[in-house]
Amino acid sequence: MAQRIVVDPVTRIEGHLRIDVEVENGQVSKAWSSGQMWRGIEQILEGRDPLDAWVFTQRICGVCTTVHALASVRSVENALNLEVPVNAQHIRNLIITAHAVHDHIVHFYHLSALDWVDIVSALDADPAKAASLAESLSSWELNSVHEMRRVQEKLKGFVNSGQLGVFANGYWGHSAMKLPPEVNLIAAAHYLQALEIQREANKIVTVLGGKTPHIQNLAVGGVTNSINMDSQSVLNMERLVYIKSLIDKLDSFVKNAYLVDLAAVGAFYTDWAGYGKGVTDYLCVPDLPIDAKGTKFAMPGGYIRNGDLSTFTPIKSFQDDFFKQSVAESSKHSWYTGEAPLHPWEGETVPNYDDFNDDGQYSWIKSPTFQGRPAQVGPLANVLCMAAAGHESTKTHLNFLVDSLNSVNKLVGGPGGVGIEHLHSTLGRHAARAVRCAVMLDEMKAQWQMLVNNIATGDTDTYNRPSFPKGEIRGVGFHEAPRGVLSHWCVIEDGKIKNYQAVVPSTWNAGPRNADDVPGPYEASLLGNPVANPESPLEVLRTVHSFDPCIACAIHMVDTENNEIVKVRAL
Amino acid sequence: MSILVLGVGNILLTDEGIGVRVVEALEQRYRIPAGVEVMDGGTAGMELLASMADRDHVILVDAVNTGAAPGTLVRLVDDEVPALFKSKISPHQLGISDLLGVLTVTGEMPKRMTLFGVVPFSLETSTELSEAMQPKLDELVDLTVAELEALGHPLKPCVGEAV
Repeated sequence: MAQRIVVDPVTRIEGHLRIDVEVENGQVSKAWSSGQMWRGIEQILEGRDPLDAWVFTQRICGVCTTVHALASVRSVENALNLEVPVNAQHIRNLIITAHAVHDHIVHFYHLSALDWVDIVSALDADPAKAASLAESLSSWELNSVHEMRRVQEKLKGFVNSGQLGVFANGYWGHSAMKLPPEVNLIAAAHYLQALEIQREANKIVTVLGGKTPHIQNLAVGGVTNSINMDSQSVLNMERLVYIKSLIDKLDSFVKNAYLVDLAAVGAFYTDWAGYGKGVTDYLCVPDLPIDAKGTKFAMPGGYIRNGDLSTFTPIKSFQDDFFKQSVAESSKHSWYTGEAPLHPWEGETVPNYDDFNDDGQYSWIKSPTFQGRPAQVGPLANVLCMAAAGHESTKTHLNFLVDSLNSVNKLVGGPGGVGIEHLHSTLGRHAARAVRCAVMLDEMKAQWQMLVNNIATGDTDTYNRPSFPKGEIRGVGFHEAPRGVLSHWCVIEDGKIKNYQAVVPSTWNAGPRNADDVPGPYEASLLGNPVANPESPLEVLRTVHSFDPCIACAIHMVDTENNEIVKVRAL
Repeated sequence: MSILVLGVGNILLTDEGIGVRVVEALEQRYRIPAGVEVMDGGTAGMELLASMADRDHVILVDAVNTGAAPGTLVRLVDDEVPALFKSKISPHQLGISDLLGVLTVTGEMPKRMTLFGVVPFSLETSTELSEAMQPKLDELVDLTVAELEALGHPLKPCVGEAV
């Protein structure tokens, strides 16, 4: 007999996502991904000045403020064919990379690690053994026996006082938890250290963006930072050196702790390289433009079919027609009127709510397609495409992670043998995110140097003034955000916004079945997942969390009645 | 003494943005003295950690759903604040509950907390507060000013001054 499990909400911190699965013989046989909020935020923009759109789009989502701001200015610049001074590109790129590093660290340690790491088990660890294992894997400065003891004492304090704080909702002692106590302790130590280090990334965004959590330095045509190496009130050498010191701290943590933790934790969960595959068409966009026109990028992007890297088709510029023409959104299974796929410039957002219908409409999220097919987006898509494009830093960190994971696996008597081909999985998405985070640090350092070098040539331009023509123009601004491809599509008439659609990463991944009834990436990835205990469907959460769901911005109010997180019923 | 006045909420969802509108009004109407920081937290989460950590007092302003009639004002203090957020699945995704959980773990919980909340009239998609909410905005600003004064930080209005 099949059992139906409803997990609602899925996300620990952000948004409101409902996942329904049917479980037969301990495995998921059917899955539905449903966004439970409707916002229609795009409608707020109609009739407004395109120069102000970014100020509003930055409020769509609490986690992705800067990314919506950036995609918005890019879409208007694209409509105007407006160049962006190179200094402004580098300053934006530093904000993009710092934001991404912040997001990836917080996602792994604070939003998903507790799916795999048992904090209570860490109390049984031998701190000396934990330190010895951690020090054999990396030269990270905070792996000492002293640190492991300190963390263990701290955890004991929380558990004994019943003040578990943010650890209160874990799946302690669940049969799917496989880490030895020492690895749990190492991960717990790095969890706490990551709470400190993530602040450094946010400081970079604040110094360059002017304010946190909402940056203020963007403008259509560039940035409003003025550069003067001799002035105290603007972007000067002292501030740039300060930013470099923050980058170096982040670099050390990500490469010596985050990437290594993925290997150490992943080595005990290699079975999860066999679950969670789902949709293997991958889409990402190039980012970190290094020229004024947006035709040269530090990070390549493109499209891969059926998981086959040889099918890689690059997306080459902000003007790329292949990207522009291949995106459509269907609302056949979403609570909107109309069902035929529409291009975002023609997109409509007219709500038509009905009940949750398994075979009909069941979500506020639309279903995006690329060339008529669902596509997975996010760090895995990004890493696969960059590897296919021959991006050196990506290949280096990917090989390091695979080798490290295999050597830890052998060390503990496992079979080893995980390869690049296992990236199409739940574990693979976490691994790819760690790799991307390391790549981001390399790129952040490079962007910093390029900015300093360019300023040294005497160029202090940061802004080109836009002007709007009479009549209609259209633009798309895309950005490879922490959760994947983000695109903002605007139609401007006589200098005012006529239509605006944001196609956000979690829409690509969390979308419902499309116009051809083909499931979206979350839905497809859940099929075949094991579920040991339907009352505590940790395994379902593992796969969904591996996408780093952020539904708040995927959906265009809230069901405050749904306080129950897991409902199980027999069918 | 280090005090943070943090307005949170989503300004795109009508009254959901009341917390942000209160701190905006506070900054427009008063000179903010040293020792007090006023912040528009929007719907952010972890980005607010450093700003909330180790404060002597955090005054939060937010839309709350208590089951009471729209427009009802509430004042909660200290432990009542995390207890409220624990049960709140809010339409903005600021994980205040999680953020407070993190601050417990890092040993940086604000020493005191006050929350001024109001039950929203409307959460439609709009950047303006509902008409019924307008007078509540002034009441919340006055409550915040009175709280700051009680904490030893009287605010001077910036009426007649160039902003």
